[in-house]
Amino acid sequence: MDWMKFRKIYFIFSGAVIALGIFSLVKWGMRLGVDFSGGTIIEYKFEEDISTEEASKKIEDEGVEVTSIQKTDDKKYLFRVSALKPEEKDKVKKSLESITNGKAFEELRYETVGPSISPELIIKTFYAIAIASTAILLWVAYQFKSIKFGTSAILAMFHDSFILVGFFSLFGHFWQAEVDFLFITALLTTLSFSVHDTIVVYDRIREFQKKNKDVSLYNISNIAITETMVRSLNNSFTILFMLVALILLGGTSIKWFSVALLIGTIFGTYSSPFIAVPILVTWEEVVNKLRRRK
Amino acid sequence: MFTPLKKVILIFVLTLICLYISLPNEVPFKLNVGPLKIDKKLYRYDLNINYSRLSLTKNFDLVLGLDLAGGSHLTFEADTKSKSGEDKKEALVSLKEVMERRVNLFGVSEPNVQISSFQDKDRIIVELPGVKETEEAIKLIGKTAQLIFAEVSNENEPGFKPTELTGADLKRAKVTFDSQSGKPAVSIEFNDEGAKKFEDLTEKNVGKPLAIFLDQDLVSSPIVQEKIVGGSAQITGDFSVDQAKNLSIQLNAGALPLSVELVEQRTVGATLGEESVVKSINAGIIGLFMVLTFMILAYGRMGVIADIALIIFGIITLSLYKIIPVVLTLPGIAGFLLSVGMAVDSNILIFERFKEEKKKRDFANALEAAFGRAWDSIRDANIATLVTAFVLANPLDLAFLHTSGPVRGFAITLSLGILVSLFTGIVVSRNMLRVFLKEGKG
Repeated sequence: MDWMKFRKIYFIFSGAVIALGIFSLVKWGMRLGVDFSGGTIIEYKFEEDISTEEASKKIEDEGVEVTSIQKTDDKKYLFRVSALKPEEKDKVKKSLESITNGKAFEELRYETVGPSISPELIIKTFYAIAIASTAILLWVAYQFKSIKFGTSAILAMFHDSFILVGFFSLFGHFWQAEVDFLFITALLTTLSFSVHDTIVVYDRIREFQKKNKDVSLYNISNIAITETMVRSLNNSFTILFMLVALILLGGTSIKWFSVALLIGTIFGTYSSPFIAVPILVTWEEVVNKLRRRK
Repeated sequence: MFTPLKKVILIFVLTLICLYISLPNEVPFKLNVGPLKIDKKLYRYDLNINYSRLSLTKNFDLVLGLDLAGGSHLTFEADTKSKSGEDKKEALVSLKEVMERRVNLFGVSEPNVQISSFQDKDRIIVELPGVKETEEAIKLIGKTAQLIFAEVSNENEPGFKPTELTGADLKRAKVTFDSQSGKPAVSIEFNDEGAKKFEDLTEKNVGKPLAIFLDQDLVSSPIVQEKIVGGSAQITGDFSVDQAKNLSIQLNAGALPLSVELVEQRTVGATLGEESVVKSINAGIIGLFMVLTFMILAYGRMGVIADIALIIFGIITLSLYKIIPVVLTLPGIAGFLLSVGMAVDSNILIFERFKEEKKKRDFANALEAAFGRAWDSIRDANIATLVTAFVLANPLDLAFLHTSGPVRGFAITLSLGILVSLFTGIVVSRNMLRVFLKEGKG
């Protein structure tokens, strides 16, 4: 099949998705979770539903800033407030007791990250991203020993992670998805998935190149993509099955994490044949044209 | 060399051992067929070998992290401005030890207390699995509890000046009840040196008040009636039973050498933890079922073999979690489930390759060629993921990377999953295919 004929469509599609991401990032930015912005989240389970407006007002009356109150599940609410000191936590509890008419409620989860610690967590995360991506870059460079292959694999990798970041900016705006440790983990896993798939396709291209020296890269790429397509799809399916099950059944704590991995897997699979290889082929064509002109 | 058949038998023996390890501690066993009724519990025994001088014991229980078992992760920041170099190091180590003693006295079974220093900030991380009264624990652990005895500084003006007698001179403290008021109090016993100091102090101050300060707060200032010999005293104040208990724990464990402040707290209630376990097990079972079905639909008989290999993968991985042991967290379970999805990848690569090779050569050769060719791709492709997982897992405990938390749990199970999947994909499926698939039928 002549996959390369539709190169422009792939580039336009990816360009549009990335543009959407940039638009969202510029307009709405990203929604940082307590890991990075500092603050407190508390999840309570009540005996009956509460009015979030009333709860918010009562808590603010105690001098605690409320960012949002969100219903997470049946009678469960997630409170995002400014970083609480132990004595302020008691105040929040008391103000909630006043709206439940003294009925007991259970604390499911409590996380507070003070202002002195969140900058450090950002720095550590930055190091993790820098080291992991450098290591992957070095591995790709060593694997392919060719600037063409290496660079296009890396471009595809950035393409995937950028799309994931863009999506999360949108999700953050519309559905309160937050950027936390787990998102960063999903991002780094996406980097490695992306390279994983690209390596499989590239391996096939190089194998053909060795055997058939006179066939053009354009044709070889088409054959390689055709032969690895079923494998790529089947492999993604099995991963998607696990992730979809986690999103639907795995509970709220890791829902967005699973969504991030899902997007990473989908685009990681897409980008290998439809971004990494087309870049490679286009590159080769441009180089050949330039040579002919000389 | 072993024949493929022998290898397959070996693999199954290994799987059975791993299956035994990965079983829960108790397995209910119910059978109800006609007159035959069996209702028993099967117990899995832990490894416990004692052969003359060789002793080998190993507990095969799954270790659950704070987010699954419930518990608190606390980070205290120590005020180290006044100290530097070796002094600071020593103070931090002793701070950690005191906090550890307090946590132990509070009754936590397996606390994890560690020092974490990064960019001029010194912190103590305390992990308390299964603690319900987190607020109580924070008050107990984080309070400096510096006990100071003070005497009247000047006869003309009120006020106290600290003496040489402090909490460091104590031998032990315990909760008692005041014989007169019946209120809770803390009785203390000095060590030899402390007893001597106390004797001198009381002798010097007969008829005058002797004040007891805890962290700069006046607790009580009884009037000394006579010189006290023998080195024991009682601190009375307006204590509740809990307060008296906490104070005695703090005094027994010693004062914190540095003052600390709580800067981070992550607490998960036991109910949420249990819920997460149940939910992720359900998600895992359904996901696994879909993967197993998909493989059979896509690859028929070969798919069945891939499925068996996948189940073996699951059993081996689970038993490794117990043997190592890996602390299983919620993201860790996600990492495991993800690796299940990825584990079939090597099989898919091989099967697709095999379909092609079969057109060119005979069955047995095609199988071996498919394995040889696919292995290069599998190895190269998985290294990228392993490298990332390695950085995230931070096995060298580098201070500038995350040393605990969800990221690490995910990375550890993911990388372990990939390593095992390389083994099951190549060794297990390959030998099973060699044995079970005969030419013409595959």
